[in-house]
Amino acid sequence: MTAASQSPSVRRLTLQILRCDPQQPEAAARLQPFQLDEAPGMTLYLALNEIRDTQDPSLQFDFVCRAGICGSCGMMINGRPGLACRTLTANLPSLITLAPLPGFELIGDLSVNTGKWMRGMSERLESWIHSSEEVDPCRLETPMEPELAEQIYELERCIECGCCIAGCGTAQMRSDFAGAVGLNQIARFRLDPRDERSDDELYRLVGDDDGVFGCMTLLGCQDLCPKSLPLQTQIAYLRRKMAALGIT
Amino acid sequence: MSARGVTTAPVDAVRIDRCARSSRVPAMLDMTQSLSGLLLALFMWGHMLFVSSILLGKEAMYVVTKTFEGYYLFGRSYPWIVSLAVACVLLLLVLHAALALRKFPADYRQHRAIVRHSINLRHGDTWLWLVQLYTGFAMFFLASAHLFFMLTHPAEIGPYASSDRVWSGGWWPIYLLLLLAVELHGSIGLYRLTMKWGWLQGRDALAGRRRLIRAKWGITLFFLLLGLLTLGAYIKIGIEHRDQLGERYRIGWQSVPGGEPRLSAESCRCG
Repeated sequence: MTAASQSPSVRRLTLQILRCDPQQPEAAARLQPFQLDEAPGMTLYLALNEIRDTQDPSLQFDFVCRAGICGSCGMMINGRPGLACRTLTANLPSLITLAPLPGFELIGDLSVNTGKWMRGMSERLESWIHSSEEVDPCRLETPMEPELAEQIYELERCIECGCCIAGCGTAQMRSDFAGAVGLNQIARFRLDPRDERSDDELYRLVGDDDGVFGCMTLLGCQDLCPKSLPLQTQIAYLRRKMAALGIT
Repeated sequence: MSARGVTTAPVDAVRIDRCARSSRVPAMLDMTQSLSGLLLALFMWGHMLFVSSILLGKEAMYVVTKTFEGYYLFGRSYPWIVSLAVACVLLLLVLHAALALRKFPADYRQHRAIVRHSINLRHGDTWLWLVQLYTGFAMFFLASAHLFFMLTHPAEIGPYASSDRVWSGGWWPIYLLLLLAVELHGSIGLYRLTMKWGWLQGRDALAGRRRLIRAKWGITLFFLLLGLLTLGAYIKIGIEHRDQLGERYRIGWQSVPGGEPRLSAESCRCG
C-alpha cells in the first residue's frame, strides 16, 4: 500500500472501462473495473497510463501530445465525449465510466479510428484549398489581413478529435451526416481568399440533408467541443449562405 | 452493348449525380420547414391570446368570436371565414409536419440511437429536441382532430358553445394534451430557429444564447399558465352550463329571438 492511499483525504477511484477487442469477436464487450488512488492534478490520461503500467498492459487507448492538441485521446467519460488528457479526475465522481467514442471504427477498448472517418469526410468535402494558381515556394505569399487570418485560425484550431460527432444526435442517427467538424471545415475554407471555390461549388458539397441542412441544431457539438470552437454560429452562418442559393 | 454505350454510361452517371447534388430543393425544404414552423408558432401565440379572452369575461370572448366571423366588418356573421382560416392553418400544419418528418428517426435503430444518446449525454438542447419529436408526433393527431372539428363546425365557437364542447363534449383531455404539446413544441421550436439561423444572438453569441434560453422558458411558462387558466375557465363554464346544453351566449343588444340581428347604428348605440 502506498503512502498516499493511507491518507484519508486521498480518493480511491474506480474506473469502469469498456473492454472490447474486435479481433476476437467471440469475446463479448464488458465493463472492467480498475481501482487506483487519485493523485493531485491527475488527469484521466495519467490514470489510464497508471492502470496500463501497473494493472493491465493489454488496455488499449490512444494519446500523443498529452496537451489537448493532437485529439487522439477522445473518449466517452461518464457518457459524455471529452479528451482524457484535458479531464481532471478531481472534477469527476469517484466512479468513472469510460467507453470509446461512438460513430467511429473500434480498434480496441478505448481506441477508435477517428483518422479513417476524418479522411473520408475530408475527401468527401474536399477540405483543402482549391486554387488554380501555381504555387511558387520561392515567392512571398500574398499578405492577408490580420483580422481575416485570426478568423481562419479560430476555425483552424479544430483538432478533429471526434467529440462533436460523438456528441451529435444527428450523427448518431445518420452515419452519413458530415457533422460539425466537416461543416466547420467548409466554413473555414469559405473564409480563405486563397480558396477559389464559389458558394455554388460549396453547395454541391454540403447543400443537402447529409450536409448543412441535415443539422438539427441539437448543439451537442457546440457545448462539448474541447477546443470551444464557435460551431453553432459557424453552422448557422453556413446555413444562411447555402440557403440563400436556394432562393436565387 | 456498343462501345459507345460502354464509354458514355459512367459519364452520364457522373453528370446526373452532379445535377442531383446541386439541386436547390434541400435548401427550399429547409427554409420552408423553418418558415412554416415560425408562422405556426406565431399563430399559436395569437390563438392563445384570443382564446384566453374568456378570462376577461364571456362578453369579451364573444366579441372576439364575432370579430373573427366578420360581424363588425360586414354587419353579420360569416362562420365560413373561420373555416377558411382553419383550412389555411391545417394546410400549414400538414406542410410543416411533412417537412419535419425528414428529421424523424426513420426506424427503430435510429430511434434507439437518439434515445440512448440523449440519456448518456445529459445535454439540455438534445433533451429539448426529443421533447419536440414526441410533442410533434402527438400533434399529428391532436391538432388534426381539433382543426377538423373547427373546419366543419366553425359556428360553434363562443362562451357557451366552446365551454359545452370542452366539458359536455368531452374534449378537455384532448385540449389539455394539445396545450402541453403546442406550448412546449412551439417555444422550443422558436428557440431552435434562432440557433439554427443565428438570429437575435447579438455580438456575444454565448451570452445571446443564454438570454434566448431564459426567454424560451419564460414564454413556455407564460403560455402554459395562461392556457391552463383558460382551459380551467372553459371547464368551469361548461360544468355550470351543462343543463342548458345547446343554448348560445348572447349579449343584450343581440337578444332577438330566433337569430342574430344585422349590425346597425341603433344596435351599436344600445351596446
